[in-house]
Amino acid sequence: MASTTTWRRSLEPVALPMGAVLSALVIFGVFCALVGANPLAVYASIYRAAFGSWSAWQNTLLRASPLMLTALCTALPARLGLVIIGNEGALVIGGLAAVLVGLALGPSLPGGLVLLAMALGSLVAGGLWIVVAGALRHYRGVNETISSLLLNYVAIALMNHLVQGPLRDPAFVSKPSSFEIAPAAWLGNLPDTRVHWGLIYGLVASVLAYILMQRTTFGFAARTAGGNVRAARIAGLPVGKLTLAVCFLAGSCAGLAGMVEVAAVQKRLNESIVSSYGYAGILVAFVARHNPLATVLVSVLLGGILASGGILQRSHNLPDATVMVFQGIVFLCVLYSESLYGRFKVFQEREGQAEGAVVAG
Amino acid sequence: MATEALGWWGVPLGILAGTLRGSVPFLLVSLGECLTEKSGKINLGLEGTLLMGAMSAYAVSYLSSGIVGPTLASWLGVLTAGIAGMGLGAIHGWLAQQPRVNDVAVGIAMIIFGGGLANFFGKPFIQPQAPQLPTLAAGGWSSLSQVQSALQISPLFLLGVAIVPLMSWFFKSTRWGLYVRAVGDSPDAALAMGISIFWVRMASIVAGSFLAGIGGASLSLFYPGVWTERISSGQGLMAVALVIFARWQPWQCLWASLLFGGAQALGPAFQSVGIDSYYYLFNAAPYILTLLIMIVTCSPKRTLTGAPGALGQSD
Repeated sequence: MASTTTWRRSLEPVALPMGAVLSALVIFGVFCALVGANPLAVYASIYRAAFGSWSAWQNTLLRASPLMLTALCTALPARLGLVIIGNEGALVIGGLAAVLVGLALGPSLPGGLVLLAMALGSLVAGGLWIVVAGALRHYRGVNETISSLLLNYVAIALMNHLVQGPLRDPAFVSKPSSFEIAPAAWLGNLPDTRVHWGLIYGLVASVLAYILMQRTTFGFAARTAGGNVRAARIAGLPVGKLTLAVCFLAGSCAGLAGMVEVAAVQKRLNESIVSSYGYAGILVAFVARHNPLATVLVSVLLGGILASGGILQRSHNLPDATVMVFQGIVFLCVLYSESLYGRFKVFQEREGQAEGAVVAG
Repeated sequence: MATEALGWWGVPLGILAGTLRGSVPFLLVSLGECLTEKSGKINLGLEGTLLMGAMSAYAVSYLSSGIVGPTLASWLGVLTAGIAGMGLGAIHGWLAQQPRVNDVAVGIAMIIFGGGLANFFGKPFIQPQAPQLPTLAAGGWSSLSQVQSALQISPLFLLGVAIVPLMSWFFKSTRWGLYVRAVGDSPDAALAMGISIFWVRMASIVAGSFLAGIGGASLSLFYPGVWTERISSGQGLMAVALVIFARWQPWQCLWASLLFGGAQALGPAFQSVGIDSYYYLFNAAPYILTLLIMIVTCSPKRTLTGAPGALGQSD
């Protein structure tokens, strides 16, 4: 019996989100039917564009890799009980730092070293950016959600100011941009793919974050402080240092996403770096229940949805905002499924029937 | 440029004009968010509500102008925007109150969902010109055309200003206002009073979203007066910060909205007299201002004075 119990219990966190995604598909299908598209054909297109072929997988993974990194910016502090939504700002600041380092060192050092320096620069800059929110929370009691939200706008304004003025490349006319970083310092693709190394950064960061949070004393201390700050203080845990350290790690992940966007995709800094990967990362974190390994899966799922935007427009004549609607429905359903934990007898200790009942919920 | 004739006087005039125009969505959204947060829940989704309101107001105003005439059509648009807002608010109000569901996360999902719906249905309305809301010419006494155009006041601005004392009185002196405050400050006490926490919060969120929807209408039917997919530009999220800045008081929401609207006008006003090198940094002024004020007024020993007690607490 005991083994059945753990089996059923561990099935719940897998089955509920899957049921939520299925429900979202049904709701989205009704939406499609209402606006005059064939839901089954739309599903088929989304599947083909997201996961249907190796080429589609590459498109999906390209979009998933920044999400893995930005999601950690919300997922790590959440373990401490902090709701940080400054992902976009940390990403922009990370991209800014990467460009500054890349432009400064680009001509004089070999490409690999420049890339390393750019990555370090973005890690430190993004980390310090979120540390501001953590420090304000700890030392002044400022709500970290609001302060990190405000910092997003400050970061974007700072970036715009610099690419309009001191960093501007006058030869690049389509929009105000910085100078291009040297080709030697571009982040290349994985062998035989169109997917850049940012995917590996995302995967490694997620695994490291998981080990740090679940398997080390540091992570245990952070989770304890997140569970009960007073108890943690009484136990002698350095809550302030933990807050700052976790916020630094969180911000550095989002900052690294900015570096990847700059070094692998944009090659220069301009407004295109503000591409809502930050805000999408917040959702990924919540949907994955702040588990750094689950964020990888959710990022791939969301990357697939984002990758299917073009095909809906081409073959179904649906506006590209359709994927936004779909994304919104999926996340609302998954968030709702949070409230269903423990409500289904199937996952309780008693012997139940099949898991089909979940989908109905 | 018209301001060249006025020289440096163009700067305060530009700021005044920008304040009157730019503060309207801030005022309406912040009043809506104030009501929502007083009941103990945060609605970050008002950004999406703003977009949905802007789109639906523009679309209805455009589509109905041939039937009912331009003036009525624009007001019909305003009403539709409010109703569309209520629809999104109802989803948020229901979902954010489910057990273990985080209202911040729902808000962000609602930004994507509301924004997605607005962009989806708004695609055909990006090109055509919809009839705008008629404005009140408060600058008729002046012979200068710049002054006249600066003092075009939106009726929605006056509506927002009129709601301020009403909402203040509602919170202070009415039974329902007390219910909202009780639910927001101490849900347990409210429960003991026999109040339905769910329905009070639902009503507050839906009413707040109505106001935010109208705020969206002022974007597309007054200033800037067009429908584009990026028209809200984060103003719905800023309004959340603004409410904290205003310590959850309607009167202070008014002053804060004027301040934010004015701060937003700083960049363009200085640009008009040739100072444009710090344009983007001026644009960041309202955010830095809010951050500084939060740093000064917060303290680790106590929470913000005026903050609803249940805000940000999971239930």
